[in-house]
Amino acid sequence: MSLCDLTAHELHKLFSSGEASATEIAEAHLERIEAIEQEVRAYVTVTRDRLLEAAAAADKARQSGEVIGPLTGIPMAIKDNIVTQGVKTTCASRILENFIPPYNATVVDRLYNAGGCLVGKANMDEFAMGSSCEHSHFGPTHNPWDTGRVPGGSSGGSAAAVAAGEAVFALGSDTGGSIRQPASFCGVVGMKPTYGRVSRYGLVAFASSLDQIGPFTRDITDCALVLNAICGHDPRDTTSASEPVPDFTESLVPDICGMRLGVPREYFEEGLSKGVREAVNSAIELLAEMGATVEECSLPHTRYALSTYYLIAPAEASSNLARYDGVRYGYRASGARDFVDMYKKTRYEGFGPEVRRRIMLGTYALSAGYYDAYYLKALKVRTLICKDFDNAFDKFDALVTPTAPTVAFSLGEKAADPLSMYLSDICTIPVNLAGLPALSVTCGFNEGMPVGLQLIGPHFAEGTLLRLGYALEQSTDFHRRRPPLTKTQEWDRNMEEAPDNAV
Amino acid sequence: MRYEMVVGLEVHIELSTESKMFCDCSAKFGGEANTHVCPVCLGMPGVLPVPNKKAIDYAMRASLALNCQIAPFTKFDRKNYHYPDMPKDYQISQYDKPIGSNGYVVIRTDKGDRRIGIRRLHMEEDTGKSLHEGVAAGSLLDFNRAGVPLIEIVSEPDIRTAEEARLYLQKIRTIMLYTGVSDVKMEEGSMRCDANISLRPEGSSEFGTLVEIKNMNSFRSVQRALEYEAARQQSVLESGGRIVRETRHWDEGRGVTFSSRSKEEAHDYRYFPDPDLVPLEINQEWVDEVRRALPELPDQRFRRYVEEYNLPAYDARVLVEDLALAGFFDEAVAAGANPKAASNWIMVDLQGLLKGEGKSISEVKIKPSHLTQLIDLIEKATISGKIAKDVLVEVCFTGKDPESVVKEKGLVQITDESALIKAAEEVLAANPGPVEDYRKGKKNAIGFLVGQLMKATRGKANPGLANDILRKLLDGSV
Ligand SMILES: [Zn+2]
Repeated sequence: MSLCDLTAHELHKLFSSGEASATEIAEAHLERIEAIEQEVRAYVTVTRDRLLEAAAAADKARQSGEVIGPLTGIPMAIKDNIVTQGVKTTCASRILENFIPPYNATVVDRLYNAGGCLVGKANMDEFAMGSSCEHSHFGPTHNPWDTGRVPGGSSGGSAAAVAAGEAVFALGSDTGGSIRQPASFCGVVGMKPTYGRVSRYGLVAFASSLDQIGPFTRDITDCALVLNAICGHDPRDTTSASEPVPDFTESLVPDICGMRLGVPREYFEEGLSKGVREAVNSAIELLAEMGATVEECSLPHTRYALSTYYLIAPAEASSNLARYDGVRYGYRASGARDFVDMYKKTRYEGFGPEVRRRIMLGTYALSAGYYDAYYLKALKVRTLICKDFDNAFDKFDALVTPTAPTVAFSLGEKAADPLSMYLSDICTIPVNLAGLPALSVTCGFNEGMPVGLQLIGPHFAEGTLLRLGYALEQSTDFHRRRPPLTKTQEWDRNMEEAPDNAV
Repeated sequence: MRYEMVVGLEVHIELSTESKMFCDCSAKFGGEANTHVCPVCLGMPGVLPVPNKKAIDYAMRASLALNCQIAPFTKFDRKNYHYPDMPKDYQISQYDKPIGSNGYVVIRTDKGDRRIGIRRLHMEEDTGKSLHEGVAAGSLLDFNRAGVPLIEIVSEPDIRTAEEARLYLQKIRTIMLYTGVSDVKMEEGSMRCDANISLRPEGSSEFGTLVEIKNMNSFRSVQRALEYEAARQQSVLESGGRIVRETRHWDEGRGVTFSSRSKEEAHDYRYFPDPDLVPLEINQEWVDEVRRALPELPDQRFRRYVEEYNLPAYDARVLVEDLALAGFFDEAVAAGANPKAASNWIMVDLQGLLKGEGKSISEVKIKPSHLTQLIDLIEKATISGKIAKDVLVEVCFTGKDPESVVKEKGLVQITDESALIKAAEEVLAANPGPVEDYRKGKKNAIGFLVGQLMKATRGKANPGLANDILRKLLDGSV
């Protein structure tokens, strides 16, 4: 195994004991990128020099006896809709193709302070609108398990980078499943924390009332470590919660005896593939064997979630994306007659078709005469969906569902059919509407592709989800599997090195 | 048919907070273009607004001063429209839950007091400015004002004349100055006004078609624009035409309103609650705290001046409308001046001097305690009222206290009878004509002789005493 197939906590051991330097860890990742990035295309920008500088600083800190945190010297990828000072932040859009922010997102500051080393900015669906990473101005990211398939979206680059060993962990953003669905497709751990748990300052807004930043990691322990670094109230985000943040590693106990789990039947209806159903059911059995009580339950308003989401999210997006007008920064179309013409041209040329579609949907939903029938109605249904969850959490500590109805689909398979693409988020969207935390963890394989199990908890119960995920991880080995692509590289390298060793 | 105008005014006032509404940038007026900006007020990707508590306090203070109710639950909404000087391409404003509502102000017209309702007062952020002049191609943008906190005060359609509109604006301005929430300078744009006007037959209770007027830059132009627009609408109606619902711009130079032909009417702002800002809950405690901190307001001060000090209503109003002058007056009275005398001196002599110099009270050197002393000197007959006028001028320019001025210049009134008798005899000897007249029965000839005596003593003679002595000499009773 290469240094880039280890977890953060494993690397931390090697690093703090001096067995591996941060520079060696960084270089291993750069080599991995060199070897397979052509096929995966997880990154929009690779910040090679920054990574080596940060790694050298981490080495120096260790040598001079400074306290080394669990993420010091650990290579990380940041989704390209989270602003990084001095590093292009494009949202995978032509309209921000050359935008270099003069400020950092709060999470980026926090991770830098924790010693994380930026590898690069991860590819995504343009402005986080999509479920396959195919709607990127820079071309699609490929699933490391099968490069003919999508990595999921919108945080597909982040998920693929972690799965392929091009970063130890990554940040993504989740508005309707954009962390959990790609985590499921790429066989990594993905967590969408409670709305307000992580500051949104510096996350380029898609739908402000639904967006939440969260981590991609290779196991649950790393997930807890990254959450420890990024959670907590931020005075720059008034929607961030002042709820105290526990040490999430304290939840890493393999005991789930007596925990009450609900299995909402609405998540197991038509559209769920046989392979996913089997993998999820066997994970549920496993949880029961470990002492959890499992009971079927109902969230009756689930079937309205998708349409509710596709009114609220585009409505907010239509307003959030209005600022990309070519006036102050970003792409500006040439040859406009006046400023209205400039707006039109800039926005038509700068945004891809999916973004334009959602801006139009949202504009329509907020228009005079339609507001009450669409947006306001959607807000009302949203409260009903929240109530469903509230009722369930009176009885259960967590809910267990599939993360996505299928394993990763083929590139191009759904690109031309927005509705079937939207359906791949059917299991994750209700969670965003209710602002709940949810975790996706690999629970099996089907067609050689990973299957994700979704664990949903009440507000601020990330710890409960980590505990369940950890228990599951302790009795399975899914999290230790690596995509074949990474092994090929390993093998190639061994072959190259063989003559030297032979001497 | 006689028509009456029905007018409602929308007044925007920039709050004079240190920092902007949703970021830490300076809200000061001026500064080189784009120096008071940051990622938040430039609407860069990913930034979030954080409300300025002080601005909310100010909005509450203004609401209370306008007798509004404070909403216990209020929120911010987005008003969506594209314009180059609007960084986010939406303005954070308040739509259906304004912080203040149902207030009123009282204006004093020739026909007595009129109560003008305030429908709502809401918070919003200002936009930047487009600069077209002196730019070879395109336009330049300055975002220094973008994000400066504003309140918008919307009146009920209670205003019936252009004069009432002016009085209403003046009242709002005075109240804002008293509360200290704004410097309300129309020329710097910290107070702006749009008007909605319609006509209806006198006596009717229905409303006519509304026309909005923009671009009025002073109280006077509001008055002129309304007068013009009412006349225009009347002639349209009288010639059998119909009023078009539209926005018209006031042309100050030509003195006319003209249709702006913009598509503004068709604007759909697609208001919705701003998901970046949590709703604002304002408990009674917070309201009480702001109410306690409210200073004395113009109406209260007016009542105090009339009821406690017995000032004439006119004088009281003039004082109250000028915050600095009223403050000066209060301090002089607090230092012991007779209120009526102080008011007279301020109203007549001080005002006259300030007007002549084109200065405000803070720009001359006189202090309230100086006025108190000056009045005291007159009451004690140390100087005459006439001399006091000169002393006042001297004090205004030098800042010396009146006693020193009187001493330095030897202006103490002559109250020594024997000294005055001698001077009086000389005056009588030098003016045989008027003396003759007096003795023949033209008793008012004495006025001339008193004047001569004052002249001879360079004004220092006590006028009453001078009069007495002359009369006695003439009547031969000395
Ligand atoms: Zn700013």
